[in-house]
Amino acid sequence: MGSTSVDITVTVNGKVYRKHIPARTLLSDFLRQELYLTGTHVGCEHGVCGACTVLLDGKSARSCLTFAAQVDGIEIETIEGLGTAKNMHPLQKAFWEKHGMQCGFCTPGILMTAKEFLAKNPSPTEEEVREAISGNLCRCTGYQAIIDAVLEAAQKMRNLQEVQV
Amino acid sequence: MSERYVPDVTVPASVQKEPPRSSLRWIGKSMKRVEDLTILTGKGIYVDDIALPNMAHAAVLRSPYAHARIKSIDTTRAKALPGVIAVVTGAEFAETVGPTLALSCPPIEQRVIAIGKVRHVGEAIAAVVAESRYIAEDAFDLIDVEFQELPVVADPEQAASARGDAVLHPSLGDTNVISDRTYAFGPVDEDFSRADVIVKRRLRWHRSSAQPIETAGAVADYNVGSERFTIYCNTSMYNQISRSTCAGSLGVAVTQVNMIPSLVGGSFGSKWSTHKVFLLAAGLARISGRPVKFMEDRLDQMSNGDNHGADRVYEAELALKRDGTMLSLRFTVTEDWGAYMQYGITTHGNSLAQVVGPYRINSVGARIISAVTNKNQQGALRGMGSEVSNFVIERMTDVAARELDLDPVEIRRRNLIRADEFPYVIPTGNVYDSGNYQAVLQMALDMFDYEGWRAKQKAARAEGRHIGIGLVSCQERSVFSPTEMWSLNDPTQPGFHMTSLPETVRLRIDPSGKVFLQLNAPFWGNSPATVATQVLAESLTVEPSDILVTFADSDNGSQTSAGPAGSRYTTMVSGAIVNAVAIVREKLFLFAAHALGCAVEELELRDAKVGVKGNPDIEISFAQISTAAHYFRLDFPPGPEYMSGLEAVGVYDHPLSAKPADDRSHLGIYYPIMGHMVHAVAIEVDPNTGKVSFLDYVAVHDSGTVVNPLTMDGQIYGGTAHGIGTALLERFHYDENGQLLTASFADYHMPMAQDMPREIRIGHVETPSPYTEYGMKGGGESGRMAAPPAIVQAIEDALQPFGVEFFEVPLTPNRVRKVLRDAQNNPD
Repeated sequence: MGSTSVDITVTVNGKVYRKHIPARTLLSDFLRQELYLTGTHVGCEHGVCGACTVLLDGKSARSCLTFAAQVDGIEIETIEGLGTAKNMHPLQKAFWEKHGMQCGFCTPGILMTAKEFLAKNPSPTEEEVREAISGNLCRCTGYQAIIDAVLEAAQKMRNLQEVQV
Repeated sequence: MSERYVPDVTVPASVQKEPPRSSLRWIGKSMKRVEDLTILTGKGIYVDDIALPNMAHAAVLRSPYAHARIKSIDTTRAKALPGVIAVVTGAEFAETVGPTLALSCPPIEQRVIAIGKVRHVGEAIAAVVAESRYIAEDAFDLIDVEFQELPVVADPEQAASARGDAVLHPSLGDTNVISDRTYAFGPVDEDFSRADVIVKRRLRWHRSSAQPIETAGAVADYNVGSERFTIYCNTSMYNQISRSTCAGSLGVAVTQVNMIPSLVGGSFGSKWSTHKVFLLAAGLARISGRPVKFMEDRLDQMSNGDNHGADRVYEAELALKRDGTMLSLRFTVTEDWGAYMQYGITTHGNSLAQVVGPYRINSVGARIISAVTNKNQQGALRGMGSEVSNFVIERMTDVAARELDLDPVEIRRRNLIRADEFPYVIPTGNVYDSGNYQAVLQMALDMFDYEGWRAKQKAARAEGRHIGIGLVSCQERSVFSPTEMWSLNDPTQPGFHMTSLPETVRLRIDPSGKVFLQLNAPFWGNSPATVATQVLAESLTVEPSDILVTFADSDNGSQTSAGPAGSRYTTMVSGAIVNAVAIVREKLFLFAAHALGCAVEELELRDAKVGVKGNPDIEISFAQISTAAHYFRLDFPPGPEYMSGLEAVGVYDHPLSAKPADDRSHLGIYYPIMGHMVHAVAIEVDPNTGKVSFLDYVAVHDSGTVVNPLTMDGQIYGGTAHGIGTALLERFHYDENGQLLTASFADYHMPMAQDMPREIRIGHVETPSPYTEYGMKGGGESGRMAAPPAIVQAIEDALQPFGVEFFEVPLTPNRVRKVLRDAQNNPD
């Protein structure tokens, strides 16, 4: 049981990793235990809560339902790549300002979901944001402040875009 | 009108040092949280993020049966699996770890791993330690267990009739009813005999639970040299309670256990004491000789997390005069505790702290039947039982309103305790410290536009649409005293009758002028560091950016810190900070007076400096004073009062508590810092599908002085969401065989973004407590304590044309449809 191993090469937050791992290693465990990127959280291990959401070539995925072997050659983005305290992503800033988090356990998954969503829809309505995060469970906030934060980040990102253009 | 019954309780004088006032600089301001940057960047350390060198992983084989004897268990094949380090049965584990915390009276023995018999689906049968969690779970298939099934008790109302093999704990007698006690608080019979109207209903509150997104977990190590356990875990009670009970279960001295807190990914009560989790990791570490991590998976958490919420059947009666005046509430409640009773019947003590709601009810009669069944045991859950009694009194009030042909708002208005009646002693003895219920109600009616919604409802009904309105006025008791954990027990055998539940901080001003504040409870999802920063900035006149808040482990922590629970933390930690500041201030003044050549009485704190009152030019900074206090002892007189350093421990005892009466004619003062809220909701029900949609939601709360409106509103949003889940979605559904049918997030539905109202509109009334520092009250549980009765009232209101009533939660579409179908099939 579980004896087959594989070699994989992945790019995580811009950094290339080559690892030899058991074939059944879940991506969530790979990120957390092999790469020590513990910002990606595991909430339910059955694909409902969304806490483990990461971006695979820009598309959101449940890392608890993905084998690490499946992402060989793929570019992965996790919460650790989003921004630092000194250089925060507008989403992080907005979540801070709007109190879009309490315990913070679901937050990384929601931030990654929101990042993908805003890349596709930079000017969302409140209803579209609600729909976008409706696959992520949060037990603390009641979602209201999360939705406010995503709308706020969208606004800030649009402003930034205009300045750059 | 006869004189109101008031139990013989003396309300102590206030110990408040810092009165509420409008001139505060930091308290009352929306401040961004100091906790957030670490978490937002993915750098917060939760317990599952801790990895010790050479660490092994544990997994637990759980019972597939609700009630069975373990005839034999053979772990030979599992032990032979490569990568497996140890496989441990209940009997083997008991050689290292003794029984766990059991506060019921009589105590019910509990084991981390069952010995000889399992009493619910999910109970631990054996634990595996392996090089990885994957291998540990592989080994499950290689453990050979032979069960003998026993009769299952899944209905609490059948617990009394169970005999023989159906009895869960035969050593406590040939019954599954652990206790059955009746209490009279005031002249119940007289009040019922003078009533014009008595309404009676049966109410059913099904079990749900917190289910934080992070499960419970622990990483433990045992050092054979020092003979000490080091346990990282995400429990909250590790300083006052858990380190002692943990050491007790491990059979070692408290000096041999250090519990280290991590960030906690949500609790809502569920992680108050995760004793089976940290004891499992600790015991396995000792047995295997390796550091061991055990993280519950979601199935572990749901089936064996020891934190299911209340599961009650009420037969309730409310006695009233014809004008709607409430006289007395009388009920029999049967509680389904599950297989064990770790906290005794604490949640009923909790309910009785505010059982009359915000109403002037003269007396209360309660019969409390405690049944054990083949289900996971209960634990703490946001509301701790009082959310259920809120539901009962609010629903009974609605029945009475209908019976008396009164508007639901009007019957409430007629019975609300008046603002001039506080402190108000309720029949059970608990005190409501302060409030202005009329003001809260009025703000809610205005914000919600009650009359407007009634008009819209009428118009919609003419179009065949079913809009319903709910409005409830509810209490949130806060800042508990632990007498509720034993006051309902037989007075001759009350168990461990503790009356202390203090909170403590350690404060020190560094020679740089920076300020360190050590808390003795973890971050468990709320905002302790932010709140403490604001209160310390206020009371010490320092900038928030100059404060560092840390969380002590149990080696360095104070046993006089109970941590967050029962909406106590903000109030209690603020009291501890005020007391610590008082000590440090005295020393600052002493050093400053010497340095400035003036008298202590002339000095004041201002912006991290000590200055002479009325003279802005004469002052000295905290940094200068602290540098001198740490490095220049010989510049000061030799007396002990000039001892080096600027450090203090601030302890804060419960500000307003009193013991229960010896004969339990009252329960004393134990949950007096009383919050209040009105929730008003408009919903639409589709009678064809049972689907409920929110049209509007207003929540007006009074939590006394609000420290941080931003985070307070966060608690209200989140608590209300939790209450919406309780009202409409969440239920741990056990079938008649004791099988848990809702053991994943696919079956146990918690609110997602689409299940919520588009906006919860929040209003605040601030009635400061005269008893706490700055007038604070707790507020973290309030949303969940008001939403269920408001929503159920609204559903019932929407479906009035069908003549149906609802006295249960959750009201899933399926349940709504069933009630409608039954009414249509059996018209009166």
